[in-house]
Amino acid sequence: MAANTNLAEMSPKELESLAAQAKQAAAPSATKILWREFKADRPALISLIIVVVFILFVMISPLFIDSEKMMTTNILAYLTPPLQDNFLLGADANGRSIAMQLIVGSRNSIGIAIGLTIISSTIGIAWGLVSGYFGGYIDWGMQRFYDFMMMLPMTMMIIVLVTIIDDYNAVTLTLIFSLFYWMGTSRLIRSRTLAETKKDYVSASITSGTKSWKIIFREIMPNISSLIIVDTTLSFAENIGVETGLSYLGFGLPSRTPSLGTLIANANDPNNITQYWWTWLPAAIEIIVLCLAISYIGQVVSRAANASQRRVNK
Amino acid sequence: MWKTILRRVLIMIPEVILLSILVFLLAKSMPGDPFTGSINPRSSATQIEHLKQINGLYDPWYQQYWNWVVHLFHGDLGQSYQYHEPVTNLIGDRAINTLWLSAFTMVLTYALALPLGLYAGKHEGKLPDTVIRIYTYVTYCIPFFVILVIGLWVFGYVLNWFPTTGSVSPTASGIGMIGSRFLHVLLPGLLGALFGTVNIVQYMRSEVIDAKHSDYVRTARSKGVPRKDIYKHHIFRNSLLPIAAFGGYSITGLLNGSIFTETIFSYPGMGMLFIDSISYRDYTVITALVLLFGILNLLGTLLSDIILSIVDPRIRIN
Repeated sequence: MAANTNLAEMSPKELESLAAQAKQAAAPSATKILWREFKADRPALISLIIVVVFILFVMISPLFIDSEKMMTTNILAYLTPPLQDNFLLGADANGRSIAMQLIVGSRNSIGIAIGLTIISSTIGIAWGLVSGYFGGYIDWGMQRFYDFMMMLPMTMMIIVLVTIIDDYNAVTLTLIFSLFYWMGTSRLIRSRTLAETKKDYVSASITSGTKSWKIIFREIMPNISSLIIVDTTLSFAENIGVETGLSYLGFGLPSRTPSLGTLIANANDPNNITQYWWTWLPAAIEIIVLCLAISYIGQVVSRAANASQRRVNK
Repeated sequence: MWKTILRRVLIMIPEVILLSILVFLLAKSMPGDPFTGSINPRSSATQIEHLKQINGLYDPWYQQYWNWVVHLFHGDLGQSYQYHEPVTNLIGDRAINTLWLSAFTMVLTYALALPLGLYAGKHEGKLPDTVIRIYTYVTYCIPFFVILVIGLWVFGYVLNWFPTTGSVSPTASGIGMIGSRFLHVLLPGLLGALFGTVNIVQYMRSEVIDAKHSDYVRTARSKGVPRKDIYKHHIFRNSLLPIAAFGGYSITGLLNGSIFTETIFSYPGMGMLFIDSISYRDYTVITALVLLFGILNLLGTLLSDIILSIVDPRIRIN
């Protein structure tokens, strides 16, 4: 085979074997690495399955729940304990089923967390890439804006904005949150972009006249994609805490719309927190388990992204 | 050195001005006006109009903003119409409570995180390091307010070890008052410390690991300094100042957290004052608090940057 270097003279069989060799020598694709890493780590695989099945469950099952009926006050069921009268997790002070509110609330909270992660990560990644790539005055200006955003007391600003906007819904709420949660990502991406911009392939592209946006989004971005995936997974776990925290304080979703945060807010009543634990504890435990599982997945993803830390290195 | 500090302070000024404009405009766009709450049933619409007129509520926004700034520089933040008290007095009382709780939390956090970070770095890659990493990671990813609620339930209500509301018990006096104050911040402080160590532990750990492989440690080792003394006198001392710089940055986190901590523990500090003022639409207090928190964030960052630039000459910009 070594003697035959001219491609045109090769037989199809030889070409095929060459292609197979090249495929073997090439680095495995990102999804393949991830899959191998998850297969090697049983707890991670279990967390992944739990999270995916749970998210699918809370996204699909609310379609079969009549939310009008669910949120109707039913005095007869006042604070029914769990496992009584068809109430799996009991009922709250208005006689509304906790289990159903938990399902619909999870959908709302996770939905907002997903939306927030997508929007804020997109802003953060674009901001960091542009700032890090261009440097100079553009970087300086963008970093001053970053400093200014970091100075704002986030929780207070969100609460003030929610108070000003009277008629808000899940979408406006997600947008308001996104305004204040892109900075961490942008800082991370910027520092990696700064290092990446100094590499030879970028200089080569600049010299050969490739357009800036193409270098940024088609060349640098794929090269830091592992960092982006890790950061997005971890911020998803964090973002679950953002909406639930504000809903808990009463400035997230309106109180008629169940969310994990409004469910935990049942604990604000001293009677609920001591005697009627089922009104708030399930939601609290759900948040803890969900955040732990997602962050654990994030850890595995970040391990897969770093070749020296992988468990499976073949 | 001084040049760096001066430069940092100069950059701050436009930021503060921008913040004040933003806060002012936000307060202006809130529903209602400062007289909504103090309207006497007998006051007529024309009287209110007159009040608004003489208080300049119909002036263009930049003129109102300018008046507000002038008052601000005279230390006059306006009058809270819910409490009928000058905002400065109102915040002053609450600020001491918040300061007390935050300082306590910070001291506990450092007391817990420094030894853990040092220990983890010392035993890099071994069992203690893994255990500490799992601890920091678990505490980091659970939303803090959930922990506070569960902590209040378990230790405050079920076990009844700690008071569940307020900053001091109403019956305490003299020495007992100090004890009572301490008891009231103990649970939120402990929870805050236990669940807020991640940054300091990780930073300390990486400092120690860096130092372990540095030339000065190798020199000390070859001179025959015992390993224990190297950690105590060389590595720990060298990492202390950059770690101290973290204090400034953590102000942001503490202030943000104070809104949740104080609401959950009904602790009368600035965070709870903010939530109360929002529900009563007490705009003068809201504006003052947002501005104050923003400036405190800025000062915290400034402090950290200055400490870091003293420690590490590379950070100083020419």
